[in-house]
Amino acid sequence: MKFLLVEDNQELAHAISSRMHLDGHVVEHAATLADATAFVETGEYDLILLDIMLPDGDGRTFLKAHRASDLDTPVIVLTARSQISDRIGSLDLGADDYVTKPFDHAELEARCRAVLRRKAGKSRTNITSGGIEFDPVAGSMAVRGQSVTLRNRELRLLELLINAPGQVFSKQKLSDRLFSYDDDASENAIEVYIGRLRKHLEPSDLKITTLRGLGYRLDNDA
Amino acid sequence: MTLRLQTSGSLRNRLAITLIGGAAILALLIFFAIRNYATQVALQGQDNILGASVTSILDAASIQNGDVEIDIPYASFSMLSTPFDDRIFYAIYQDDRFLSGYPDLPVATISDGEREFHSVSHQGEVVRVITASRTLIGSGKRTRIHVALAQTQDALSSTLDQISRTAALFGACFFALAAILSFWATSTTIGQLKNLTNSITKRGPQDLRPFEKPVPSEMAPLVTSLNSLMERLDHSLSQSEDFIAEAAHRVRTPLATVRSYAEATLQRVEKEENRQAVRSMMRAIDESSRAAGQLLDHAMITFRADHLERQDVDLVELVHELVVRMTPIADMKDLELCLQSEDKVSYSGDPVLIQNAVRNLIDNAMKYSPNDGKVDISVSSAPELQICVCDSGKGFPIEELNTLAARFKRGQNAEGTIGSGLGLTIAMDVARAHGGDLHLSNQAKGGACVLLSL
Repeated sequence: MKFLLVEDNQELAHAISSRMHLDGHVVEHAATLADATAFVETGEYDLILLDIMLPDGDGRTFLKAHRASDLDTPVIVLTARSQISDRIGSLDLGADDYVTKPFDHAELEARCRAVLRRKAGKSRTNITSGGIEFDPVAGSMAVRGQSVTLRNRELRLLELLINAPGQVFSKQKLSDRLFSYDDDASENAIEVYIGRLRKHLEPSDLKITTLRGLGYRLDNDA
Repeated sequence: MTLRLQTSGSLRNRLAITLIGGAAILALLIFFAIRNYATQVALQGQDNILGASVTSILDAASIQNGDVEIDIPYASFSMLSTPFDDRIFYAIYQDDRFLSGYPDLPVATISDGEREFHSVSHQGEVVRVITASRTLIGSGKRTRIHVALAQTQDALSSTLDQISRTAALFGACFFALAAILSFWATSTTIGQLKNLTNSITKRGPQDLRPFEKPVPSEMAPLVTSLNSLMERLDHSLSQSEDFIAEAAHRVRTPLATVRSYAEATLQRVEKEENRQAVRSMMRAIDESSRAAGQLLDHAMITFRADHLERQDVDLVELVHELVVRMTPIADMKDLELCLQSEDKVSYSGDPVLIQNAVRNLIDNAMKYSPNDGKVDISVSSAPELQICVCDSGKGFPIEELNTLAARFKRGQNAEGTIGSGLGLTIAMDVARAHGGDLHLSNQAKGGACVLLSL
C-alpha cells in the first residue's frame, strides 16, 4: 500500500517509515502542511496518516480542505494530545479514524485495513497464487473459487507468509507479529493458527511446511 | 458546593430605612414649620386688631373741663368680636391711677408712644394683652393715659388647631408619598442588581463570556471587575486544558518514536536474547505511554466532571460508535465485541466523559479476555439506565471486588497485562459525576462484569 505520512517530527517519521517498509508498504513523508498539499495534488495514495500539530498549521485545517476537495483518500489522524479533547474535533472534520501516539503498528495496520474495507472495493492488491485469490484489504480469500472467511490472525498470518513465499519464519517471529507484546502468547498458539490456515489452504496448491526447530514456510506445489 | 456567604445587612433595608427615616423627619419639620408660621400669622392678626382697638380707645380720650374723659366707642369692642365669643378685658389708668376696667389686669410699663404686646394668664385663661399710652394736654394740664386691652384666645386656638390638623394631614401625606417613592426607588435600584445576578446565575458553567448588557454607571466598576475576573478564569482554564494537551504531546511523540524504532528493530534482530530485550523495552514503553495517557485523561476528566456540561445524547449511538472504533483492536485478538441494546436510550450527560468511561471498560474487558473470546456490551434504560460490559476472562478476584476502583489499584491477577490501574477509577469518577455508580461483579459462567449506572 502507498501511504502519505504527514508528520513534522523527523525522528518519528523515519521510525514509522522504516517500520512500514518492513511490511512492504511505500511511505512518502511530508513534514509540513504545504508539502502535504503538494504531495496530495500530484501523487495518488491509498491512505493519509496525518499528525495534528504541525509547524505551519493545524492538521485539522488540512483535513477540512482535503474533505472539501474531490479526493476521497481516507485519512487516519495521528494524535498525541489527549484523546478526549482532540477526538471529537478530528472525527467531526472527516477523519476516518485516529490512533493515539505511541501506537502499535499492528493496531495501525488493523485500523488502515478497517478504513479501507469501509471505503469498499478500492483494493488493487489482490494476490493470486496457487489456486487462491486473496484480498488482504477486504480480508477475503477464495480457494478454487470457493470463498472462505478468515479470522483476523489467520488473515495476518497468511499475508505474512504469502508476501514472502519460500522464506522461513520462526515461531517467535510470527508470534511477535500476530500477538501484541502484552499478550502472554505461547508459541503453541502459533501452531493453532498454522493448523487452521492449513485447513483453509487444503484444496489449493499452497502448503505450509513445518521445518522442525526452524519454523514455517509457504510452498507452492504447482 | 456553594459557600454560604456572610451577609452584612440588606442594602435594600438600609436604603429604605434611610429614605423613610428622612421622609419622617422632613414631614415632622414641615408640620412644625407650618404650625409655627400659622401661629405667628394668627397672633399678628389678633395683635393688629387689638392695636386698632386700643388706638380707637386712646383716640376717644380727651380732657374736658380739666378731667379726663373717655367715651369708649362701640366699634372698639365690636371689632374684637369673634365667633367663639372671646372675652375682652380692659384697664385704663391715668398717671398710674386706676380709672376704669379690670384693676387686676397686668399692665406693662412703657414709655410714651410705645406699644407692648404680651401674653399672660388672667383669670385662669391665657390672654393677649396690649398696653398703649397717650399723653393728653389740655387746660394747662398734662396727663398720661395708659390703656391695657386683653382678649382671650379661644378663636385663635381653634384656628390653630384647624391649621395644625391640616399641617399634620399634609405631613402625613408627604410622608406616605415619600415612603412609596423610596420603596419604588429602592426596588428599581436593587432590581438592577437582581437583573445582573439573574443573568449571571442563568449562565452555563462553561460560559465565561464577558457581561455585555448595559448597566447603570454605578454598577459599571463591579461589572468591569467581574468581567476581568471571568476573563482571567477563562484564560487559566483554557491554559490548563492547553497544558494537558501540550504535556501529552511532549510525552507521547518521543515515546512513539522509540516504540516505532523498537518494533522495526524487533523485525531485524535474530538472536533470541536480544529479541527478548526489545520486547521488554516495548512493554515498558506501552506501560508508560498508557499510564501517561490515562493520567492526563484522568486530569481532563476531573476537570470536566467539576464543570459538568450536560447535553442530550443517545447512549446507544455513543456506545455503537465506540464499538465500531474498537473493533479493529478486538479483531487483532480475534475477539468479538457484541453490542446488545434498545433502539435508542436518551440521556442528558457529558458525551465525552461517558465515552471515555465506556472505552476504559471495553479496553479492560478486551485485555483480560482470552483469544477468540467475546465481550458483551449492553445498553439498557430499564429498570435503570445502565451500560454493562462483560468479558469471558478469569473474572475479578472476589476479595478485591470492592477495592479495585481505587486509584492505581490493579487486580492481583493483572500480572502480565499492561495497565495503569486508572481505568476503573476513571469510569467510577464519570459515573459519580453523573450521579451514578460503578458496580463490579463476576458472572456465574465466569468472566468479569462491570455495570455503569447513570
